[in-house]
Amino acid sequence: MSQPLVGAPHDRVEGPEKVTGEARYTADVVIEGLVHAAVVPSGIANGRIVAVDDSEARAAPGVIEVMTHHNAPRVSAAKPADSDSLLFLLQNDRIEFDRQPIAVVIAQSLEEATYAAQLLHVRYEADHPETNFDAAPRYVPKEIFGEPATHQRGDPEKAFATAPVRIEQTYRTPTEHHNPMETHGTVAQWNGEHLTLHDSSQWAFGVQRRIAKVFGIDAEQVRVIVPYVGGAFGSKGQMWSHVALAAMAAKLVGRPVKLIVTRPQMFGWVGHRPQTEQRVALGAQRDGRLVCVTHDVLSETSVSDEFVEPCAVFSRDLYAVENYGMSHALPRLNISKPTYQRGPGESTGSFAMESAMDELAYEIDIDPLELRLRNYSERQPDSGKPYSSKQLRQCYARAAERFDWGRRVPQPRSMNEGRLLLGLGMATASRNTHRTAAKVRIRANSDGTVVVACGTIEQGCGSPTVYAQLASEILEIPFERVRFEFGDTNLPEAPLAAGSQTSGSVGSVVVKAATWLRDKIADLGGTIPPNGIVLDVADEPGENDESYATQAFGAQFAQVVVDPDTGEVRVVRFVGAFDGGRILNAKTANSQFVGGIVWGISMALFEKTRYDARTARIMNANLSDYLVPTNADIPNPEVIAIEADDPHINPAHVKGIGEVGITGAAAAVANAVYHATGVRVRDLPITPDKLLV
Amino acid sequence: MNPFRYARPSSPSAAFTDFAGERRARYVAGGTNILDLMKIEVESPPLLIDINALALASIEVTGDAIHVGALARLTDVAENEQVRTHLPLVAIALEESASPQLRNMATIGGNLLQRTRCPYFRDTATPCNKRAPKSGCGALGGELRREAVLGTSEHCIATHASDLAVALAALDATVHVTGLSGNREIALHDFYRLPGDTPHVETSLGPGELIVAVSLPLLSYGARSTYLKVRDRAQYDFALASAAVALDLSGKTIRQARVALGGVATIPWRSLQAEALLRNAAASRDTFERAADAALAEARGRGGNDYKIPLAKRTLVRALEIAAA
Repeated sequence: MSQPLVGAPHDRVEGPEKVTGEARYTADVVIEGLVHAAVVPSGIANGRIVAVDDSEARAAPGVIEVMTHHNAPRVSAAKPADSDSLLFLLQNDRIEFDRQPIAVVIAQSLEEATYAAQLLHVRYEADHPETNFDAAPRYVPKEIFGEPATHQRGDPEKAFATAPVRIEQTYRTPTEHHNPMETHGTVAQWNGEHLTLHDSSQWAFGVQRRIAKVFGIDAEQVRVIVPYVGGAFGSKGQMWSHVALAAMAAKLVGRPVKLIVTRPQMFGWVGHRPQTEQRVALGAQRDGRLVCVTHDVLSETSVSDEFVEPCAVFSRDLYAVENYGMSHALPRLNISKPTYQRGPGESTGSFAMESAMDELAYEIDIDPLELRLRNYSERQPDSGKPYSSKQLRQCYARAAERFDWGRRVPQPRSMNEGRLLLGLGMATASRNTHRTAAKVRIRANSDGTVVVACGTIEQGCGSPTVYAQLASEILEIPFERVRFEFGDTNLPEAPLAAGSQTSGSVGSVVVKAATWLRDKIADLGGTIPPNGIVLDVADEPGENDESYATQAFGAQFAQVVVDPDTGEVRVVRFVGAFDGGRILNAKTANSQFVGGIVWGISMALFEKTRYDARTARIMNANLSDYLVPTNADIPNPEVIAIEADDPHINPAHVKGIGEVGITGAAAAVANAVYHATGVRVRDLPITPDKLLV
Repeated sequence: MNPFRYARPSSPSAAFTDFAGERRARYVAGGTNILDLMKIEVESPPLLIDINALALASIEVTGDAIHVGALARLTDVAENEQVRTHLPLVAIALEESASPQLRNMATIGGNLLQRTRCPYFRDTATPCNKRAPKSGCGALGGELRREAVLGTSEHCIATHASDLAVALAALDATVHVTGLSGNREIALHDFYRLPGDTPHVETSLGPGELIVAVSLPLLSYGARSTYLKVRDRAQYDFALASAAVALDLSGKTIRQARVALGGVATIPWRSLQAEALLRNAAASRDTFERAADAALAEARGRGGNDYKIPLAKRTLVRALEIAAA
């Protein structure tokens, strides 16, 4: 091949299907005899169900069954492992959070199920819900994703006490709900003791194992098919209650059941980013060199479950600083279980840490970019390991040049665009990237086509395209001859498609399999036997993976204008440069970076789940009141990918790039708002009311 | 959504006759609000009377007013040359409303009857005196960010959601209605009712009365007018505060003025106090700020919506500056 396939901005192979409406998602699945389920969510956030009157619902047209805690099949809602969530499967009368599933209505049509769901009359005994983040009892988790929740290097307290310059501030980020275009949904069908699920999920195998536990059957009795996923961003990383409720309903009525989560129910039981309060203390020399960083985090969790937003991981692994301390503690509230949301920890943590760095830069009158360079780490500060690669200097330099950072007048409120205040801000982006074990099946057909099959999923990131690019380059065959199959537990096992790990994990085993096949075909003298060649290949991280610190980096630059009268903020320009290792596809990679930046802007200016503090009821559970950006709110983000070969990171030489784009983005906007206005907003989102000075 | 019957009358009299047979009926035109409310169970009319077949969509200048049929779509009114030339505050208010898709469907008559976006009104799991009389006001002491600071009562603090109606309040447009008891005209300042202790009664329309047209007076200084809407995001968002203003300037002196506020009050809020302060005063920031103070003098914040008072003042000052420029 004269042109390398890998890295080329190849169009998505499924693009035509998606833009013409041909692509099938879970809600599009049709099975003979299919009936429809509507979940009834609770109207209180704490208490118990005293009585359910389902007579009117049962009498409504088309209704087949009303499933409540009185008649639901007995199953196990318990958590098989710490990392799993308690499920809410109508096994008792308890209510722990707003919009908890309390019943399921099954009818011939979706409209009939939805209508009958309104006719269910539920009497509650409501207890006072815990909603006070500041006052609720809090505890220290044992660990955060296998790492200590509380950690220290050096003596940050002592260093802070004697530091010539000190910054100590508290930053807050609100509860934020994922709202992928495709809501969650499941189609469940029993065949005797065998269950087939179509599910919108980031991990078919995770659903397979978890649902088997719920029904006390073997994982082999469950097949999970994941059609195209219309976005997930962490919200579909674990199996939530509705998946099991669909399977229970299917068992109860003896028919296949489709259960689609509605948009308001997206604010119910399918996870959210927890609100946080983060205290950041920086001690520095007068020249800006950090002597200590302390990052203490509070993040909300639910009554029965634990999720930690690991904000301080960002600051732990960022700058060269000898003394460092971090802690995480969790207030328990009557909310549903929080979960991973794009850049969990890093996106929220970077807002706090990179805002604090900006405050330090103004305090000692150093250019914020120069401050970052003075604290540049050549090795991962905590582990002491060398980076597999780090192109952050180049990210800073290239983004600053494109953005024309040099025009910045340091004094806040000193630049204008007409009557509007103009502000420039920047922040560092960083996200750890890992790989885990993955398997593929590779098959060469006698006609020269190749199929690579893997049970991973396609959630918009471009997996069927990039893995075909990887394989075809190694096999030295045209891209069109390679097809990537995915989305089925009958295929070889792939890890959870989250945590920026899929390209590194699946990509590495694709490289291994394609390399084996290329050599095999060469051994056979370049011919493929009539019945083809097939091999299942597995790959997992080796010892080598432990010797390097693996991180994606970036530099984010935001330009905002602020109306001095009304406090309205608009982001008018955004430049991000990213070190994402080898780029597999320039087009889909760009989309990932841009998507991250858009969400970062959204986090800075718009998103906040608003609770009624008396009842823990979410009062903006819709996309009119829960604000996400419109096209008019987003400039055309300019993305620069700083590519460098990284042979140490994994066989595919790639870093995960799905999340690094959001990190630092909100801080860059907040820092630009400060530069424009002289108002430091430490409590997201930055809405006009906070800028009326 | 509840099952409902559907009628499509071909004349206004047939429409209100249908209504007379079912007092819980609702008229539907663009459907951008009533269908939404039916989906979330806030409205459950047993009969929907579709008035789209009525010949009520014309826009014409008659004498000293632009006569807009109730079924004229927001887009058509916003694009009308007479409206754009003589009453830019109306065109801008429409363009700042909703999204193009919604503006293509929504009608002028329907927009005047747009229901509040108060989250308690829209959530049947919470109390609301407007939705369920005597059930209490969930918003008082609750999530207040979008609630009103003007025209509130201890029974309701829901903000009126319309942008258009704010411009029409500034103009003091006339609403033409018809019904079983005949035709009548209602001045906009008589059209909307303060919530008082009957927040479920929002207008002076009688049962089954149908809006057939709205007359927009061709204010002599209407060309010097604007509508300024402040919101969290750039488009497709309800106002945190808005102002519709028109100024009659003689050199640097204001001869007459019209002022109305949106996003901050329970009804489209014309401020005669601000107008009085502006009359015969110099067109200066100082004057505008005094007018804004007067407009918000009666405002009452309840914590989470306190910011609306300074924000509305700044919005009004800025709108007056734009109009004066």
